[in-house]
Amino acid sequence: MCFAILPRLLPGPVQSYPSMYPITGYYGAPAQQQQSYSTIPSQATPVSSKAPITNSAHSANYYQNNHPQQLQQHHLPQHHYNLQPFQQQQHPPYTTPASYYGPQSYHASPAQQSQQQQQQPSLVPMAASGPGGPLYPIVSYPSAPGSSQYGTLSSSQSTTQMGAPLHQYGAEPPASSASGHSGYGMAPPSQVAPTVNGQGTQNAVHSHYSQTNQASLSYNSYGGVTQSSGGAEADRPPSGTPSASVHSSPGHRQGKNESKSSLCIFHFFPSLPLAGGDTSSSSTGSASPVPNSYDSLEGGSYPGVTTQRLFYKIAHLMNFGCKLSCLFVRGVETIRPSLQPFPSLSELSAALGGLSGVPELEVEALRPINLLQERNLLPPRPLEAPEPNLSPDLKKVNCSPQTFRCTLTSVPQTQALLNKARLPLGLLLHPFRDLQQLPVITSNTIVRCRSCRTYINPFVTFLDQRRWKCNLCYRVNDVPDEFMYNPVTRSYGEPHKRPEVQNSTVEFIASSDYMLRPPQPAAYLFVLDVSHNAVEAGYLKYFCESLLGNLDKLPGDSRTRVGFLTFDSTIHFYNLQEGLSQPQMLVVSDIDDVFIPSHDSLMVNLKESNELVKDLLKSLPALFSQSRETHSALGPALQAAFKLMSPTGGRITVFQTQLPTLGAGKLQSREDPNQRSSSKGAHHLGPATDFYKKLALDCSGQQIGVDLFLLSSQYADLASLACISRYSAGSVFYYPSFHYIHNPAQLEKFQRDLERYLTRKIGFEAVMRIRCTKGLSIHTFHGNFFVRSTDLLSLANVNPDSAFAVQMSVEDSLADSSLACFQAALLYTSSKGKRRIRVHTLCLPVVSQLSDVYAGADVQAITCLLANMAIDRSISSSLSDARDALVNAVVDLGSAYKSNVSNLQQSGLVLPAAMRLFPLYILALLKQKALRTGTSTRLDERVFAMCEFKTQPLQQLMRMVHPDLYRLDNISDQGALHLNDTVVPQPHLLHLSAERLSRDGAFLMDCGNVFYLWIGKCCNEMFIRDVLGCPNYASIPPNMSHIPELETPLSERVRAFLDWLHDNRAFSSTIHVVKDDASAKATLFQHLVEDRSEWASSYHEFLQHIQQQVSK
Amino acid sequence: MAFTFAAFCYMLALLLTAALIFFAIWHIIAFDELKTDYKNPIDQCNTLNPTVEKVKKIKRVKIALKLVLPEYLIHFFFCVMFFCAAEWLTLCLNLPLLAYHVWRYMSRPVMSCPGLYDPTTIMNADILAYCQKEGWCKLAFYLLSFFYYLYGYVEAVSSDRRAAQHGSV
Repeated sequence: MCFAILPRLLPGPVQSYPSMYPITGYYGAPAQQQQSYSTIPSQATPVSSKAPITNSAHSANYYQNNHPQQLQQHHLPQHHYNLQPFQQQQHPPYTTPASYYGPQSYHASPAQQSQQQQQQPSLVPMAASGPGGPLYPIVSYPSAPGSSQYGTLSSSQSTTQMGAPLHQYGAEPPASSASGHSGYGMAPPSQVAPTVNGQGTQNAVHSHYSQTNQASLSYNSYGGVTQSSGGAEADRPPSGTPSASVHSSPGHRQGKNESKSSLCIFHFFPSLPLAGGDTSSSSTGSASPVPNSYDSLEGGSYPGVTTQRLFYKIAHLMNFGCKLSCLFVRGVETIRPSLQPFPSLSELSAALGGLSGVPELEVEALRPINLLQERNLLPPRPLEAPEPNLSPDLKKVNCSPQTFRCTLTSVPQTQALLNKARLPLGLLLHPFRDLQQLPVITSNTIVRCRSCRTYINPFVTFLDQRRWKCNLCYRVNDVPDEFMYNPVTRSYGEPHKRPEVQNSTVEFIASSDYMLRPPQPAAYLFVLDVSHNAVEAGYLKYFCESLLGNLDKLPGDSRTRVGFLTFDSTIHFYNLQEGLSQPQMLVVSDIDDVFIPSHDSLMVNLKESNELVKDLLKSLPALFSQSRETHSALGPALQAAFKLMSPTGGRITVFQTQLPTLGAGKLQSREDPNQRSSSKGAHHLGPATDFYKKLALDCSGQQIGVDLFLLSSQYADLASLACISRYSAGSVFYYPSFHYIHNPAQLEKFQRDLERYLTRKIGFEAVMRIRCTKGLSIHTFHGNFFVRSTDLLSLANVNPDSAFAVQMSVEDSLADSSLACFQAALLYTSSKGKRRIRVHTLCLPVVSQLSDVYAGADVQAITCLLANMAIDRSISSSLSDARDALVNAVVDLGSAYKSNVSNLQQSGLVLPAAMRLFPLYILALLKQKALRTGTSTRLDERVFAMCEFKTQPLQQLMRMVHPDLYRLDNISDQGALHLNDTVVPQPHLLHLSAERLSRDGAFLMDCGNVFYLWIGKCCNEMFIRDVLGCPNYASIPPNMSHIPELETPLSERVRAFLDWLHDNRAFSSTIHVVKDDASAKATLFQHLVEDRSEWASSYHEFLQHIQQQVSK
Repeated sequence: MAFTFAAFCYMLALLLTAALIFFAIWHIIAFDELKTDYKNPIDQCNTLNPTVEKVKKIKRVKIALKLVLPEYLIHFFFCVMFFCAAEWLTLCLNLPLLAYHVWRYMSRPVMSCPGLYDPTTIMNADILAYCQKEGWCKLAFYLLSFFYYLYGYVEAVSSDRRAAQHGSV
């Protein structure tokens, strides 16, 4: 029935397009089979540098008479002199300089002042436009006859189930389930439609039962027992729902619900909790000095959970019987608000947002699409986040999707409905993102809910002048006096006009109640590898240059402290105490029991010792240029760094160039090069030792974040090393085959990353708590942090480039409310020594219909969340398991949609339009370095790709998974964006298939952290001349990596477009000009995910495979 | 008074099972406290270095988590005893749990010290739920086996006495 809408151009699916999938076509498979890391042709790994030099041989000429526990002291430039040996103190008490925690006056920087000035409620720009682009003509797909290549994709349905829902937030029962929420709209009382809600309640009671039922059934499913029980229960609830829903969409019908499809309960990734060889340990170190107290600071959880829970259950049972009285209460409620100045009645219009007023957007999002027939799926511009179906008032104040995104913008009412939809529910958060506008609020009292400690936000309800109702736990709170005054309008008595209530992203300046100790100063310690391998790679010079250039731009204030530490087989400290004429180097050669030679002069105030620091940075590269030491004592160096930093906390930046070979935390090579391209999957994805994890936990306890820069040409066991950053909330950077001469591309990337890294914002001693509406609960977190309790993340450092993902589950039915809210509160110390709280609140409608859930599905967020889950799965279980689970996610969605929503009895794979890109994205995921099999992938690169999946923000991740491809040679100003005074052309997105490339064109591929500009053999000479500045195709240099600034209109257009793309990302990307004949082409072609490669199927084959599985 | 080795085994098992029941209860309480988030998971899993100032607060939880290995050893110990006493039925009843313990310890996360629980993953909802379930199941098993051992003890003593009486007559 829905197909009547579509402009149907071609008759049937059976039409063959011979060269559509270039298996035998022009760009044959051979080009894509090349090894992935041979991207830079002129680069060779310096194997010779690893020639084993025995320890005794070189120690003779390096440090003579090298006693254990001996300490040598040098003046950097030339002469050695023997100072009296240091007393061997193991743990001398650290004496803080008197000025350290003393009373300080903070100089607010201009930036901060200006932030404070703009307290006007300013809205974060929101992405507009729904998921559906314009309609495309249907072009039928080739039916690709000989596609039987499913070696790796053969799926075993993973139907292992998860346990019972956890952690129920019991709280008082809904006082009047009818009252729901209020927004700020104006809805006349006559709009009340009690029956709809009433049935919703009844429905929910049903499903609640069935949910508990399932939960008890799934008890024994642990341990891989496949079980597909509970299908009938899962289907039951909606059968009570009258299908005369408010939707008038022609594309779907709920009647199908009655059919008892034998679906098993969907839980994409079951737990395999302790089974994996993944990670773990108990920390031996002393417990953190800042233990649980943050809980009480940032706000604990619901008190009295257990007792109230029973109460709630009882109330829930009574709910059914109370329908009538609820209706009555509603009547009262409708009258009362009209007496008030607050338009709280609009609750219903807001409330019914998910039920009534179905806009065209939703119809479009639900349009069933037969993927096997429709070829042009991509929208012309990169996909935007779907808008939640809320009232315009709420939409206006909702959180920006770049900061806070939910996989399902319409939250399903019950877990049963969620299971039936077979989509994961979760949040993608980018909480510390660089923002253009941010209302900063300074006030003595920060208004929070008294029971759940939620910060006041735009989605609370003002019952009257003096009381507000929390939107998460529904408790009624008093409005404090101070809140009555509105500083923006300078008026009294308008609490609902305060900036906190007008903006969903705000930042509070916290009072001393939010501190456990005085705010720490910004402290940076750089731990540098200076072994022979590092000298060979030559990173030190560039690091020192970069730091010298950015020394003044390091975030901080007058208290900022820096320190340096270098290591090879020994550890070198640098005394930079003010007053010295030159920096002093202190060598500790006892790496078994590391001690700190001097306690107050190693971390120094940047302002006071500025000259010494500069001296050191200038002399460091030369100092080690002759180093012959091949061993690396990374573990002891990290221990020393931890000891050095633990009094203050701060950031440790580690540069490492090889496998650590000495002392604690030494590692062995675990990679078998012959297994790199094994189709069975990769091993050793988990850490080999828990040393780094334990150290990271200790660091996290002392508020130290560790960032790792790995610049190694050979295997360095990133899987183990990355733990140091993962649990201390750091970030990982990896530069495979880094060499300052042989690999200019990596060098350039290193320099750019370093610049951004050194100057980006940073928050210290941070915690983040995520609260959500009663009934929802947090299942799992993904990202770099330490989970301190069920909803609290401990982040020693927080940086603006890392993101988090959260899996959620619906624990109790959400039928009582029509809106679900999520609030992320990030408490941190800014580099200026201010304690701040950044609060983001997201509000979404709750729906009870499966079709509504599908209409609100956010395909990009779902893909990212699934990617995170797949990474966990591949570490805890195996890579092939994770891949199967990803394929099953598509199969499950297809069959769930087929049996529940779409009533079209047509063959083919049918998905709702909102999810039409899902199979494509999953296929792209399967071809990523992190998850691919068959293609040769180095273990470190795979592990790094996994780390990136866990920490990159959604936009960046999507560009990496599914790059944007544009044609540039015919770029025009048609439909261009006009920003300020520049015109930014907007070329259309192209599918990632070699057939879309043509020899006479020039194409730009945007892979997130790198751009490829592919120039066809017969490319327009004018384009080559005007944009690249070369006379013809042949004269384009092979390693061109910049676009010259030419004065031609074409060049200006291209550069305007590139600059515009650059503006949206934190780390600037390099551009590579790739010629058609160059061997570098392979790197471009591996991103063409729709094509078949030797080990992976093409998109069409993938779809056929899915279809077979669905119709089974 | 004849007091066979089997009777001795049952008596010993009886006492030890009582201890195991306590362990199981502690285990359940510990995970419940973890779940209702009063505690920091580092403290929970920090079985080696208890810090003095927090011992009072979280003593119970720590002890519970420390008791994993003793629990396994105790269970293993009386399995061996039953093996020596040739109580095959009792041994068979205990073998699944013994196998489970071995598997559980083999598949523990990578860690350099004895223990089962990893502070970084324990807050995962699935793992937490699993550990709680494990605690309840074990409690049930130990309770049942407690009564079974009681019965076994009486049986062993009385059959011995019957045999003695039979012999005397």
